[in-house]
Amino acid sequence: MRDQLQRIQRWAERRLPALTRYRRPESLPIELHRRRIYIVPSGFGIGFSVLLLVMLVGALNYANNAALLLTCLLGAASAASMLVAFRSLDGLRLSHIRAGHAVAGQAIELTLALDSSRLRNAIRVDLGGSSIAFAIDANTTAQVKLLLPTVQRGWQPLPRLRLWSSWPLGLFRAWSWLHPDQSVLVWPQPEVAGPSPHAPADDARHMRLHRGDELAALRDYRAGDPQRHIAWKASARHDHLLVKDFEQPQSRPQWQLDWRQLSALDNEARIARLARWLNEAQAQRCSYSLWLPGNEIASSSGPLHYARCMSALAQLP
Amino acid sequence: MNSSIARRKAVELPIDARAFDLLGLTMALVLGLHSPHLPWWLSLALALTLGWRWWQRRQQTGRVPRWLKLPLLALLVLAVIVQYGNIFGREPGSALAVGLLILKLLETETVRDARVGISFACFALMAALLFDQGLIATVVVALGLLPALATLRALEPGQAPTSLPRALLPSLALSAAALPLALLAFLLVPRLSSPLWGAPTPEQARTGLSDSMSPGNFTELLTDDHPAMRVSFDGAPPPANLRYFRAYVMWNFDGRSWRYLDTRYAKPQEPAPLEADSSIQYQISLQPTRQRVLPTLDVPLQAPAQAILQPDREVLADKPVNDQLSYSARSALHYRLQPTLDERSRRLGLRLPANFNPRTHALAAQWRQRYGSDDAAIVQAALTLFHDGGFRYTLAPAPLGRDSVDDFLFDTHEGFCEHYSSAFTVLMRAAGIPARVVTGYQGGYWNKLGEYLLVRYSDAHAWSEVWLAGRGWVRVDPTGAVRPERVSLGAAAAAGDQLSWYRNDWLQGLRNHWDIVNRWWDQGVIGFDALRQRGLLTPFGIRDTDTATLGVLLAISSVLFIAIGLAWALLRRRTRDPLRDALRELERKLARMGVVRRLAEGPQHYLSRAARALPDQRDELARLMSSYLELRYAHDEPSPESSRVFQRAVRDFRVAGVVK
Repeated sequence: MRDQLQRIQRWAERRLPALTRYRRPESLPIELHRRRIYIVPSGFGIGFSVLLLVMLVGALNYANNAALLLTCLLGAASAASMLVAFRSLDGLRLSHIRAGHAVAGQAIELTLALDSSRLRNAIRVDLGGSSIAFAIDANTTAQVKLLLPTVQRGWQPLPRLRLWSSWPLGLFRAWSWLHPDQSVLVWPQPEVAGPSPHAPADDARHMRLHRGDELAALRDYRAGDPQRHIAWKASARHDHLLVKDFEQPQSRPQWQLDWRQLSALDNEARIARLARWLNEAQAQRCSYSLWLPGNEIASSSGPLHYARCMSALAQLP
Repeated sequence: MNSSIARRKAVELPIDARAFDLLGLTMALVLGLHSPHLPWWLSLALALTLGWRWWQRRQQTGRVPRWLKLPLLALLVLAVIVQYGNIFGREPGSALAVGLLILKLLETETVRDARVGISFACFALMAALLFDQGLIATVVVALGLLPALATLRALEPGQAPTSLPRALLPSLALSAAALPLALLAFLLVPRLSSPLWGAPTPEQARTGLSDSMSPGNFTELLTDDHPAMRVSFDGAPPPANLRYFRAYVMWNFDGRSWRYLDTRYAKPQEPAPLEADSSIQYQISLQPTRQRVLPTLDVPLQAPAQAILQPDREVLADKPVNDQLSYSARSALHYRLQPTLDERSRRLGLRLPANFNPRTHALAAQWRQRYGSDDAAIVQAALTLFHDGGFRYTLAPAPLGRDSVDDFLFDTHEGFCEHYSSAFTVLMRAAGIPARVVTGYQGGYWNKLGEYLLVRYSDAHAWSEVWLAGRGWVRVDPTGAVRPERVSLGAAAAAGDQLSWYRNDWLQGLRNHWDIVNRWWDQGVIGFDALRQRGLLTPFGIRDTDTATLGVLLAISSVLFIAIGLAWALLRRRTRDPLRDALRELERKLARMGVVRRLAEGPQHYLSRAARALPDQRDELARLMSSYLELRYAHDEPSPESSRVFQRAVRDFRVAGVVK
């Protein structure tokens, strides 16, 4: 059923480009304007107008002018709510989309930045099956977080997303399709289990994890220093706080992860294994370097380094 | 698509406490508006149910279990059937609707439930107007829309939190914005000239004048201060003692009550002949009475439209007055009515039930003997008796026995208009003078501001007409003999000491001013029927506005309103950026000298280029550039002061010299 619907939709987009012209990818920022906001009565709106019709006929039949006035008021308010619904989308601007990190198969977190010059309530975003409602204050930017499911590693273009609102009364649905020309990078999924990376022999004795607890010197306290590093006894002898300065031991393992070592495996398996090794290295806080065809990353450590390596893996052909 | 599933789920989402509170408020309002015509125990039970549900949901969200809900539903239907006999019709229908609405709240947990509840509440609000379409009721019902609309707003997810009173404000604004369109639609929606189905159920209106009169049945009427009709005159209003509005002329007396019979004659009769030299034209707007009689000032010359002049020159409309009715008529105040009396009428005018009121008959015979054939003297003797015989005007007289007239004339000596007119008429008939009782209204309050006469139910009155040879039917008001101020001031003033404390002068004045508003409402809104709608465009030269014209007008003006609404919706306020505006102005000035800013050129590059091109003003341009760059990039938001300084500098900048 759903497949059929999607086929019909694809056919419609092919045959009726005029209807779907805003569905082609376009670059950010995207500002909604009257030519791309559509509005139809919701199911509740249709039901409500039937009720209004019944009330109208009843009031006319019983020649009850007060009831007629009330019905007219309710009808006019409903009609006015259509304009309010339109206005709650008109002028809304999607300025940028920031993507988080996720491995293939997990949902990736997207942060949509939407700005508005006036207060808007009950704006909703649908993207890839998830939906979220939010409000924007006047002259502010709303950061809307959404989860997008991913399937495989690499650049994944964003699907079209829908901004819609049934504000204020739920009688009308105003919506607009946005198709940002942007892709998110999905990291490869690491293999579940496998051999450890081959460690150089001279590093073997350093494999024990070092906590870096060799005291080097005392220095003045700087904001942000952990409290447990304060040398209380030494500080008592001075008029300011002193902090124990630790030296990073040079005995941390050095991993050299190399694409070429895994020549026995096929491409994706290699990538999965390297990804797992990267994870392990990151978990053990050791430094590592990564060699990939056409991309050599020097040895380093830390989350930035990890992200760089994973992204490099993700972008392999 | 996934999104449609997500949308369906959105309707199933549970509602939050704010939406539930607003929904409860709406339902409470509906219940309050309907409670005047619901039995008190049902209102109380429903109110308790509402309160309990609200408390219960505060403790824990969740539907009320089915084993509790179904018995309640059965109980409600049973209660309605016990009270009204069935579940159809206006009263039982509305009782059932309000009950179902409250019960709906018991199972309201999701957005869909709440929306159904609000739609139903809107309908119930409208149904409240079927019982009372007065100004206040309508305004209160319209205010009832506010929590209803606010509930619908509160059902939308993702909105900035507000306090409960503030949640009502946007609905007020929306309603206010919708009011012009609503009024226009109200004016132009074509009215039905006849109902599509069923006859409108008659309103449980005021008792009004009835077509029979027995001692004591006026009491309720005389204490009812609601407007009965409003009269505006072409020219000066008649003096207070001539403001008699005749409704029923009653001939038949059975010893206790007087009855009006419009089938006195087998076939339709010509109205009684009338000789009059002057007449007065006036318009009456009559509140619904559910009777056919149309009160007219004294003796009308002709019947108003869609009404028939009866033999005694009383007016009956073609059908009962179920809605407010306006009619105009012309009446004579000084006249001779039926100068010659036919034999049948004479017989009817003298007929008295046998074996009633022997003492009255004796008194009449005694007078007849004393005054001979001088009818006028006998009338005078009766009035003198009422004036000097120790009679008292009171709205709470002692009860009368079988011989009611005897009891009144010789024992109790107290009563009000109907006692006096009845006793007087019986006396006259016993003395051989044709006489009849007339009921209607007398007096009224002249509203100076609105220039109309307000006649209340409490102005109901009964008097007599006697037939005197050569003068025809002559009005005699025996109550006036006892209490002249009844005729000049009205029933309430005549009752004197029995007045309630609240009928103060200033309060009375306030009520009379308020009545102008009510009159405007009754005439302008409630009385705006198919006939009035057809005359809507008379000021613009279209005498008869038919349905097609109304439709076209409605379409045109709706388009107009839609255009206004769209203009508002599409309006985009330009973001105020004085700095950018100032730079634009500078660009225009420089462009006149040939230094045009390129599309992809930053301000620094552009102004530097301009400085090179205009060496005479290099320093000035450099200053402008540096201050612009500082204002633009050194702060998040330039202060308005410094922006103004820059603006002034740009305005003072003059391009001098010629560029090569």
